[in-house]
Amino acid sequence: MSMLELRQVSKVFGQGAAQVHALDRVTLSVDEGAMVAVMGPSGSGKSTLLTIAGSLEEPTTGEVLVRGAPLSRMSRNEKARLRRRTIGYVFQDYNLLPGLTAAENVSLPLELDGLPSRKARAAGLAVLEELGLDERAERYPDELSGGERQRVAIARAVVGERRLLLADEPSGALDSGNAEAVMRLVHEACRNGGMAAVVVTHDAQLASWADRVVFLRDGRVADQTAPAAGPESLLTRGRSQ
Amino acid sequence: MSVRHALLALLSEGPKYGLQLREEFEARTGEVWPLNVGQVYTTLQRLERDGLVESEGADEGPQKAYLITESGAAELADWLRTPPDLSAPPRDELVMKVLVAIRLPGTDVYEVIQSHRRYLVQLMQQWTRIKEGGDEGDLNLALAVDAELFRLDSVARWLDAVDARLKRATADGHFQPAKGPLPKQRRRIGVRG
Repeated sequence: MSMLELRQVSKVFGQGAAQVHALDRVTLSVDEGAMVAVMGPSGSGKSTLLTIAGSLEEPTTGEVLVRGAPLSRMSRNEKARLRRRTIGYVFQDYNLLPGLTAAENVSLPLELDGLPSRKARAAGLAVLEELGLDERAERYPDELSGGERQRVAIARAVVGERRLLLADEPSGALDSGNAEAVMRLVHEACRNGGMAAVVVTHDAQLASWADRVVFLRDGRVADQTAPAAGPESLLTRGRSQ
Repeated sequence: MSVRHALLALLSEGPKYGLQLREEFEARTGEVWPLNVGQVYTTLQRLERDGLVESEGADEGPQKAYLITESGAAELADWLRTPPDLSAPPRDELVMKVLVAIRLPGTDVYEVIQSHRRYLVQLMQQWTRIKEGGDEGDLNLALAVDAELFRLDSVARWLDAVDARLKRATADGHFQPAKGPLPKQRRRIGVRG
């Protein structure tokens, strides 16, 4: 089933001669369990695509559907609930709240959604443990390394019943080892947790964790990868001797 | 990849048979580089001729074991520390294609760039699946796959740089992207004698 669908989505900023088509009739579908990477030069519309998919911004024309439900028919409250319950966001600069511990940051969206704080905390701790961060649960963001902060941000994005993960350059500021760990987590959340993810990145190594890579150019989907052949073809045992 | 020195490295652990060397070579390189058994025996013969290994046991074939000699060990140590020659740029086919595409009438160079980029990313996806499925303790596999990923990534980044440079050059008026249909091909007319 399609978790996220963009149908002919366009976004125009400015008016008249100063008009900029940030997105131009973008159509994209991401199934449950799938991780899609979006690549493209800066200014190609990657981040706009993500904010529109996450209902943080409205398209000028076209339709966005989350789990088959069109955002345009949702009330403001319904959209807010969708953002609290279904969608998890990860940004390059982590966006953790500095006055809260790792565990409090992770359980915050559940508490905001009305879950009793004890239950929210238990759910938050469970995710942190899954991501190997249980020993860091009581630390504040400025006591964590960059890699740990981003893993906490991912924990917050997958906690509870979230089904759609939207990430904008999630490993932009990390070294290659930590960046790989972050992509591995996102990929596992999709493969094992049944989430759908859209990850915007300019880095081909990170994009290669995705099941499908979509290339944006001047606001349009210019190209995408074919379903990857099995890795066997690259290995000795797969070759005829 | 120097098969010669890889075999010397394996023999520095103790005497080994030819088939064993092939198996171990492939296991240590994460099965990324295949090696046929004929190559192993030819290399061993040359190493023996050069006095870098000695053989013992039956005359020829699988029963023959090989040992590294003292000069073999010295050769190996020397090779490890000698940087490979990277000074001359390789004649890269992809670079040639892009350089040609820039000047070729009727060719959308960005489309050419994208078709190569897509291919690179697809290959990288395959390598990443290997890394993902691999045993975390298999260090050789992880390192060999990383090397391949970084190599492909550097090509992908070069394509990004070409893309950006062409855009700047277009804005500055130094470059006119060639688009539209190809000019009419001149038909080759039969040469009369």
